[in-house]
Amino acid sequence: MKIKEIVSILDADILCGEEHLENEVHSACGADMMSDVLAFVKEQAVLLTGLINPQVVRTAEMMDMRCIVFVRGKTPPQEVIELAKETGLVLLASKERMYPACGKLYATGLSGGGTV
Amino acid sequence: MSEPVTFHFDVEGDNFASAGEASVSIKKILRQLNIDPETIRKVSIAMYEGEINMVIHANGGSADVLIFPDKIRIILEDTGPGIADISLAMQEGWSTAKENVRNLGFGAGMGLPNMKKYTDKMDIESELGKGTKVTMEVFIQ
Repeated sequence: MKIKEIVSILDADILCGEEHLENEVHSACGADMMSDVLAFVKEQAVLLTGLINPQVVRTAEMMDMRCIVFVRGKTPPQEVIELAKETGLVLLASKERMYPACGKLYATGLSGGGTV
Repeated sequence: MSEPVTFHFDVEGDNFASAGEASVSIKKILRQLNIDPETIRKVSIAMYEGEINMVIHANGGSADVLIFPDKIRIILEDTGPGIADISLAMQEGWSTAKENVRNLGFGAGMGLPNMKKYTDKMDIESELGKGTKVTMEVFIQ
């Protein structure tokens, strides 16, 4: 799935990384615990989270992720957006809550990356 | 054996926002050295978890990374409170982190298990009241 399709499905605002919207992603993960993301996620994934601190961006960078979707209408502080720009991440903000946001993406074929 | 390329970082203890900067730097360096992506990924995750641990539990410390032709060694050293029971700390889900740390997305008791999972060798030396030294190695593919 292209990142621009995620923008459309979740009616999301693009906070940064507009130049990367054509990039493909192959799996997604919804989590507010970054340690779980570090433990279980495969690369080229999208992270959906309600956390908006800089460690969300660093975690995504460590995992070679391409896109973070902030759910529940949350918007990170500017410093977090700047950090993401440096690393080439796409940041999106959606008013969807975590469960429906994940469900909508899953329903269109974006996998969860398998079981633990 | 040829001399390793070495890097040293001081990890600030009182600044959660900057936690992980050393790992980000190492990831960039390993990319420049054309190390394979899977090795970079393993080193990055293990070191990042270790850095976060030092910030959360030990008021910071130091990180040294030695790049050998066949492996990467990461040495994380702090003068924090030490780990009372290492085998307990190695169990997934066991954590002494405070609520404020959990609110930031860490302290789920996955740090040390993740570090072990992503490295080929890991050794922990810890003394209560003195500090902790974690040495990890990832073999280059």
